[in-house]
Amino acid sequence: MALKIVKGSIDRMFDKNLQDLVRGIRNHKEDEAKYISTCIDEIKQELKQDNIAVKANAVCKLTYVRSLTFSCNTLFCCTRIGYLAASQCFHESTDVIMLTTNQIRKDLSSPNQYDTGVALTGLSCFVTPDLARDLANDIMTLMSHTKPYIRKKAVLIMYKVFLKYPESLRPAFPRLKEKLEDPDPGVQSAAVNVICELARRNPKNYLSLAPLFFKLMTSSTNNWVLIKIIKLFGALTPLEPRLGKKLIEPLTNLIHSSDSELIVPLSCIAVLISLSSGMPNHSASHVVCVIVKYLGLLAMSKILKTHPKSVQSHKDLILQCLDDKDESIRLRALDLLYGMVSKKNLMEIVKKLMLHVDKAEGTTYRDELLTKIIDICSQSNYQYITNFEWYISILVELTRLEGTRHGHLIASQMLDVAIRVKAIRAFAVAQMATLLDNAHLLTGNTQRNGICEVLYAAAWICGEFSEHLENPLQTLEAMLRPKVATLPGHIQAVYVQNAAKLFATVLRSQEGNTDSTTAQETSQLMIDRLPLFVQSANLEVQERASCILQLVKYIQKLQQKDVEVAEEVSALFAGELNPVAPKAQKKVPVPEGLDLDAWINEPPSESESEDEKPKAIFTKEEPKHSRPRHTEVDEKELARRREARKQEQANNPFYIKASPSSQKVYQETPGVEHIPVVQIDLSVPLKVPGLPMSDQYVKLEEERRQKERAEKKKKEKKKRKEKRSGRGKKHDSGPESEEDITPAHMVDIVTEEMPEVGRSGMNFTEKSSKHKKKKQKKEKEEKEKKKKKKHHHHHHHSDGGGEESVQNGTVEEEEPLPVSLCACVCDIQGNLQDGSQVVVSVIFENKCNSFLKSMEFNVLDSLNSKLQRPEGAGPHDGLTVPFQLPPGVSNEARFVFTVQSIVMPQKLKGTLTFIVKNEDSSTHEKLDFKLHFTCTSYLITTPCYSDAFAKLLESGDLKGSSVRLEGVNMPFHHLLARICFHHHFSVVERIDSCASMYSRSIQGHHVCLLVKTADQTVSIDAKCDEPSLLGNVLDEIKQTFSQC
Amino acid sequence: MIKAILIFNNHGKPRLSKFYEHYSEDTEQQIIRETFHLVSKRDENVCNFLEGGMLIGGSDNKLIYRHYATLYFVFCVDSSESELGILDLIQVFVETLDKCFENVCELDLIFHVDKVHNILAEMVMGGMVLETNMNEIITQVDAQNKMEKSEAGIAGAPARAVSAVKNMNLPEMPRNINIGDISIKVPNLPSFK
Repeated sequence: MALKIVKGSIDRMFDKNLQDLVRGIRNHKEDEAKYISTCIDEIKQELKQDNIAVKANAVCKLTYVRSLTFSCNTLFCCTRIGYLAASQCFHESTDVIMLTTNQIRKDLSSPNQYDTGVALTGLSCFVTPDLARDLANDIMTLMSHTKPYIRKKAVLIMYKVFLKYPESLRPAFPRLKEKLEDPDPGVQSAAVNVICELARRNPKNYLSLAPLFFKLMTSSTNNWVLIKIIKLFGALTPLEPRLGKKLIEPLTNLIHSSDSELIVPLSCIAVLISLSSGMPNHSASHVVCVIVKYLGLLAMSKILKTHPKSVQSHKDLILQCLDDKDESIRLRALDLLYGMVSKKNLMEIVKKLMLHVDKAEGTTYRDELLTKIIDICSQSNYQYITNFEWYISILVELTRLEGTRHGHLIASQMLDVAIRVKAIRAFAVAQMATLLDNAHLLTGNTQRNGICEVLYAAAWICGEFSEHLENPLQTLEAMLRPKVATLPGHIQAVYVQNAAKLFATVLRSQEGNTDSTTAQETSQLMIDRLPLFVQSANLEVQERASCILQLVKYIQKLQQKDVEVAEEVSALFAGELNPVAPKAQKKVPVPEGLDLDAWINEPPSESESEDEKPKAIFTKEEPKHSRPRHTEVDEKELARRREARKQEQANNPFYIKASPSSQKVYQETPGVEHIPVVQIDLSVPLKVPGLPMSDQYVKLEEERRQKERAEKKKKEKKKRKEKRSGRGKKHDSGPESEEDITPAHMVDIVTEEMPEVGRSGMNFTEKSSKHKKKKQKKEKEEKEKKKKKKHHHHHHHSDGGGEESVQNGTVEEEEPLPVSLCACVCDIQGNLQDGSQVVVSVIFENKCNSFLKSMEFNVLDSLNSKLQRPEGAGPHDGLTVPFQLPPGVSNEARFVFTVQSIVMPQKLKGTLTFIVKNEDSSTHEKLDFKLHFTCTSYLITTPCYSDAFAKLLESGDLKGSSVRLEGVNMPFHHLLARICFHHHFSVVERIDSCASMYSRSIQGHHVCLLVKTADQTVSIDAKCDEPSLLGNVLDEIKQTFSQC
Repeated sequence: MIKAILIFNNHGKPRLSKFYEHYSEDTEQQIIRETFHLVSKRDENVCNFLEGGMLIGGSDNKLIYRHYATLYFVFCVDSSESELGILDLIQVFVETLDKCFENVCELDLIFHVDKVHNILAEMVMGGMVLETNMNEIITQVDAQNKMEKSEAGIAGAPARAVSAVKNMNLPEMPRNINIGDISIKVPNLPSFK
């Protein structure tokens, strides 16, 4: 046997499946019949095998062959069988269907009407969207076939076609409408059928057909058509109310017309219902009765919604239906009852229902009855209940039902009524006490269902309203029976809690009684019984029980001392629990002074939003600063940059070891103790490293600028304008607003030592290799920085003072072409820690609309200055800029240079290569630039005190030099500020028009200046331990002023 | 729309099943089983409508059935069909079967399923009622049968004879024949033309 199976499955692998068969037939065009007959032989063999799968395959093939054979011999019987088989086993996902289109089309156009007929019938069962699309036209033609037999089938199948291929509806609809008036009733009926189905999906579109249907309804004698039309009007009337009025007359005519057989059932519903219930099982008429009864009830439930009164008069009939054998009818009747009750008949109806509850067999129906009773009684907030004592007793009666699953429902009703209807409480408590007393009846079937839930309500009501109890002691005793321990945990918990309430009641009732034995016996009872609950597996029961047990023990002690305790014990449970409506909270007025929208605690930290603020403010203030870079920086970018800068600072000894090292430096200089360290509130800048401002900062700056502006002379302004005219082109930000802006701390600088900011320039020249045009770009500022602590401060300076550094930068504007990339050196700072290192910050801004990526920064090293490259990189390798630039975005990168000698200014040539990526192309572009290291950039603003300064000059180590500046037309303090700012000097002492200044290079060279002014002439006497450095610095100073 | 037409006997053995919506074979089997379960436990003298039935009977659907002797005829329909109309349709269907098979019995349905399908196809097409007039249905069915016979002609005769002889040997055949029981009593329900 096993062998056979194995053999069978091996054979199967070589069997043809359906696809093979179809393929085979197609390949045997000439001898199709012969091939098919061999296939059929094979199929026969396969059918004989044991393997079910083989057989199934065979049947499948057979079906296809059958459906195909009709094409070979055009025999109707084959066609018929073929389509029957197809309609039974094809469905939308059957892949053979695709192959059938042409066959079906051939059959549809067959001269034999029955061929067409079976094809349509078959098609109706397996029409797919593809078939519908391909054959819709053929079927449309058939709709006007001469034979009504074909016409009606074609009309009917159109519905299926519409479903699968909705586009066909529009062109086919006029013809379909036409068919409504077809002479043949069968075709008419089919058209009505189709339109009814369509209208059911979207009644609105078919309102226009109403007059036509109206005519049909009055003229047609076909009951099937009438039924359909009436159904259709049922769907249409809600949309067009006028239709309803019109319909009344023909409909009543229809009912009364003698030839309509519907008249019998429709007019006799009431009679039949009353008859059938009384009549013995009597022949077919009974069947009719039942059907009509069901339909009648169905109709009545619809009438009930609109005309409740007319139905209420049939109350008796409906109640009789409850006795019906048929569950369908009983359930329908129950539905009706729900809507029929009134204050008058409620008790009567419920009484009837209660009778049925007792009689009903089968828990499903009984549960249905139970819920219906409760539904009926509790509907619209107990609207129809006039006597709640009655309702309570009904509920208590319902608890006798065995095996119901709605104990919970009953319990909640009991609680609801007892709490909300105060007048009923005494009665309810009495009933509940009885329930508790008879609890053994209920606990008998705890395991099975939820009827014991009722005890939950009973115990709670007895406890809460115990003042109404006649014999609290007895109830207490009932609640502490050992059998209670078999109840579910949550019920036991309620028992324990309420036993305590009862205990309090008993104590109070015994108060004043000279004989205290009852009270003490009660305590003893509690102490005896409670341990049972203390041992409960349910945590809550256990907890409550042990708590109350200890309480009772304590009370017992007091009782033995003859202390009056009842008052205190009752106080434990004092206070009444009032029902609260679900929406009651809304009605409570909000107390005065309470703002519900106010924060109770401090809102969560806004540090994030603070981070954003500077950005927003910055963009607003932007024109006043020389740095365009922050304009489009989004939050992410900010965060990223912050991170980068933090990282950079972490790696930069200048930042990290700032304090101790600077201390050292100061110690070298005389009078270090006296050096006033400028006090800057670091908290804000430190929080937002790399960001030049916070709110306060901006404000402060604003004020200062205004002050500054006021002080400025018009002349000066003019000069600056001239100076800056070349620059305006390069900056989007308005140069006019910039021009008046001087560094934030300018005012301070004049009066005391302040960090100075110097600039050096960097020229960028972009050559677009592709366009062979030089694109322009540049911005430059070079700066040396000194104090670690002040570094943010410095930034600020550079921001504010950027404009004034033009003298140091060389602007090379070849052509004002659109700039795709703007690189701007914002900052060249000497590294105090390492006298040979300079950090250059470059801001890259993408000004074109393309995406820039793969930026590489490279500098042609000189002997003196070298770009620091990562280990392992060759001396000519570029540094990859660690970011990409979307359009309009700027970012900052830092590059570290090693400088051997600082006595000479330096220019380094470099290139920046990058890829401009457009939507469809990407081009490689190159930007040439020059990096300008001035000697000033190696100077670091260092405060110095006059005595230390004097000592320094006395030492005689310094070489002197001097320079004269002619035609300097500015106030002396501005002049000083300018030197301080651009060349990193600090003022040591100032007397009238004479001042001494000091600065230090990163390699420790002292630079001292004595500046005097008289009649637009400024003479500067300088001393330095490195003459060439001094010479260069003086040249740079001279240049600065020559540009004014 | 009619979703499905099922005929099964008192023991739940399906004799005809026609689904107008596609279900997997397993589901179809389940539907038949469930429907039988629902219908068979109902009393003879109760109404012919059933709501519920999980698979085919969604909220919109109803089972409308009639019980004739050994067979249940069950139509599953949605709310667009009239209950009475369908009940009448079942009646028309059974009467047509009765005429075509001359005193139809369960065995006719077993051995001539194709014919039953053909008759049904003349009444219901793709879930929509095509024809409710019994005479018209019988005319069309007869015409088609005649055509078939004429095609087969003499060539078909021996095959029919052989199959008749084969049928004689079907072992279970005698067991099922119980003429008294299987003839279908057709109650005189007022019918639509």
